[in-house]
Amino acid sequence: MTILRSAAVQRRPAARRTARANTVRGLLLLAPFLVLYLTFVGVPAAYGVWLSFTDSGLMGGGLGDWVGWGNYAEVLSNPQFWGSVRNTLWFLLLTTPPAVILALILAVLTNRMRRGRWFPRVAFFAPYVMPVSVLALVWTWVYSPALGLLTNISEALFGSSPAWLSDPQWAMPSIAIASIWGSLGFTFVLYTAGLQEIPTELYDAATVDGASGWQQTWFVTLPLLRRTTLLVTMLELIGALKVFDQIYLLTGGGPNFATRSVVGFIFDYGFTSYRVGFASAASLILFVFVLVLSAAWFATSRRLSKEDGS
Amino acid sequence: MTAEVKDRSAEAAKASVDAERAGKHRGRARPASGFDRMATAVVIAFGLLWLVPLLWALNTSFKPEEETTRLPLTWAIENPTLDAYLGVINSTDIVLWYGNSLFVSVMVSTLSVLVASMAAFALSRVPMAGKRFIFGAILLGIMIPSQALIVPLFQEMQVLGLLGTYWAVILPQVPAAVGVFVFKQFFDGLPAALFESAQADGAGWLRMWATIAMPLSRPAISAVAIFTFVWSWNALLWPLLTLNDSQLMTVTVGLATVQGEFGVAYAQIMASAILGALPLLAVFLAFQRQIVQGIANTGIK
Repeated sequence: MTILRSAAVQRRPAARRTARANTVRGLLLLAPFLVLYLTFVGVPAAYGVWLSFTDSGLMGGGLGDWVGWGNYAEVLSNPQFWGSVRNTLWFLLLTTPPAVILALILAVLTNRMRRGRWFPRVAFFAPYVMPVSVLALVWTWVYSPALGLLTNISEALFGSSPAWLSDPQWAMPSIAIASIWGSLGFTFVLYTAGLQEIPTELYDAATVDGASGWQQTWFVTLPLLRRTTLLVTMLELIGALKVFDQIYLLTGGGPNFATRSVVGFIFDYGFTSYRVGFASAASLILFVFVLVLSAAWFATSRRLSKEDGS
Repeated sequence: MTAEVKDRSAEAAKASVDAERAGKHRGRARPASGFDRMATAVVIAFGLLWLVPLLWALNTSFKPEEETTRLPLTWAIENPTLDAYLGVINSTDIVLWYGNSLFVSVMVSTLSVLVASMAAFALSRVPMAGKRFIFGAILLGIMIPSQALIVPLFQEMQVLGLLGTYWAVILPQVPAAVGVFVFKQFFDGLPAALFESAQADGAGWLRMWATIAMPLSRPAISAVAIFTFVWSWNALLWPLLTLNDSQLMTVTVGLATVQGEFGVAYAQIMASAILGALPLLAVFLAFQRQIVQGIANTGIK
């Protein structure tokens, strides 16, 4: 009798105890990740916010004095910062639309191939798996004055060639071409995956209805790739806002800062001029840009899935 | 618009079944149309165009130095040679760099898979308090551009005394939020019954992670492992800042320094580029299907 009674009474505390034990065990499983995450993402993020309100330097004794919003005001009124913003947006414009459109067209066309789809996959994706320094070495050679392949082709076709990487007008478009060359494969593969999700029956049905290849592409394929397009556009935009590596290696931000991106600006101030507080403020402004874009993406993609669901 | 297509497709699907019954339907073996042939030609032309810079680099790397500066440019090589490759191997630390990159990337991808999958398992399966909050905080990390952290992270490494060691390069790359996301999605899709019966048998969460969840998660493991490997192999900015000693450099960082070293030895520069591209190119060719499938599984959903 005692046993029966205690079982009924103790069910709730026992359940609570199991719940607490589960939480503890769950946290133990999470611990390795969370510790590393807090140490190498959380702490630097919080520290970066704090730094951005001080006049700290990189080497000499570190911590500086509290300067409030001073760094932010200085960054936002610095013409060189706005120059780097302009360069970044110019890079974004030169890379995102052409890369997305080209990848879409090539993936759709590849999907119409009967055999040999491995060839475009390998050709477009190979540059993506190369280190960016290899990309830079190859394109520096292709663009080199006098001996460069592209320089010579351009001279043969038009009688003259721009000084690709050393002409302020041409430097950014040249970097953009090399960047698209390097990243197209990734976007291409995302589109290929999106295409595979479209059931073949749709095409068979369209064929039966007498739709031509063009019509099938226009009325069946493209509308169903809308979500993929949203995703790759987002990835491209965020990637473009963070651009640094290939610019650093191809032009070093030159000629005369014509290609210095926002990250390049942060790098120069943080690691060359050692103005850590100032560079941190610029980093946070960049973060806000990326955050706004990501939020816009989440909102749009949520709206799209609601539309698809209804 | 999509709904419209769906409606039309339902109708069309019915039509196609009718057609099949009538024996007119040709199914998947639809003959190549003019559009298909045009598509093939365009794709192949672009594919070849995409390979030109790489082939040109390869071509240059087999030329003796004096042939690389000859005008007009030509694809023909009078005296093909491997001198440039020997030169690179003898005059740089590239062999060391391969080893360094391999060590760093293997560590990053192994540790990433371990910690991310354990965390994702807890978030997916363990009934615990505060799950949503923790997952949200991890997802926020996907949005923080790593470039925005370089300045404070550099100072932190300085304080920890890790600058100039591999740990400075490896540790920050391990907690990849994307990995948790990918694993959680995968674990969420596993049938709950598997874990309920194991739990009835008295298995703990750690054991269920190791003996049930992980063996079933090959696609997620290979996706996360391959991607963290490639990202860490190709990372430039952070390892460039933390590894100054040439003996410690990764391939990507080391190659960023060779341009200056070789000056106008174009064949050697191109040979070093080819040597730098080879390992991952080989990995890609070997695991083509898994890589493409990995992108498909993780990128879309």
